[in-house]
Amino acid sequence: MKFKKIFIYMAVACCNGTGDVLLKRGMDSLGEIHLNHWTHIFNAFVNPWIILGILFLAGFFYAYLTALSWADLTYVLPATALGYVVTAFLSRFFLHEFVSPWRWAGVLLITCGVGLVARGPSLTERQITETALAAKEQHEPA
Amino acid sequence: MNPLKLWSAIGMLVVASSAGDILLSAAMKRIGDLDAIRIQKGLLSMIGHIVREKLFLVGLCCLIFSFFCLLTALSWGDASLVAPASASLTYICSAILAKFVLHENVDRRRWISAALVCVGVLLLVK
Repeated sequence: MKFKKIFIYMAVACCNGTGDVLLKRGMDSLGEIHLNHWTHIFNAFVNPWIILGILFLAGFFYAYLTALSWADLTYVLPATALGYVVTAFLSRFFLHEFVSPWRWAGVLLITCGVGLVARGPSLTERQITETALAAKEQHEPA
Repeated sequence: MNPLKLWSAIGMLVVASSAGDILLSAAMKRIGDLDAIRIQKGLLSMIGHIVREKLFLVGLCCLIFSFFCLLTALSWGDASLVAPASASLTYICSAILAKFVLHENVDRRRWISAALVCVGVLLLVK
C-alpha cells in the first residue's frame, strides 16, 4: 500500500511536469496564436512534440484518476504540485529558459508544502470510518 | 506579451480546472477503487464504469476547456511561469472547494501546505 502510494505520486508528478514542458516545446515551434486566427490552435494536433506531450498527460490522467479513487482530492493535488519541480528543471535544462533564484525559491516552498500533506492521512476520517464499518459488516454478517 | 491577456487566460484555466478536479474527485469516489475494479473485472470494464459516470463526463468537459486555455497561455508565456502559476492557483482554489463542496477534512496540515504553495506561487511570478 505504501509502495503503491509512492509510485502513484511519482507517476502523477513526472508525467505532469514532462507533459507540460513537451507542450511548451511544441507551441514554441508553432508560433504565437492570435485571437483572430484562433483556429490555428488545431495545427497543434499534428505537431510531434504536442502529441508526445498529450501522451504524457494521458498517463498523468490515468494515474490521477486511480489516486482519486482511493484518496482525498486535497491529498492527491499536491502530487501534481511536485510536477512544478520537474517543470522548473526541464524548463532550465531542456528548453534553456532562464529560471530566476526567486522561482527556485518558489519551487522549494511548493516542495515543502507537498511534503507536509503527503505525510498526513490520505482519506477524510469520516470516510475511513464508513469504509471500516463496511469491511467489518462483511466479515461479521448479521 | 500583454500580461493582462496572459493572466485572463490563466484565470479561465484555474476556474475550469478546479471545477473539473472537484467533479472528477466526486465521480471517482462514487465508482470506488479503480485498481480493485481492474483486477476483478478487467481494464475495459473499468473504463466502462468510468465513462458511464455523468459527473466524470461533466468534469472531463471542464478539463478539456482548461486544456485549450493552457495551450493558449503556453504560447504567450514561459512554461516555467504559466504551468506552475496556473496549476498552483488551481490547487488553492480546489482546496477551498474540496472543503466546502466535497466536505473533505482539510486540517491544519493541509491549510499550511496550501499557504506554502500560495507563497511559492508569488515567488514563481517574480
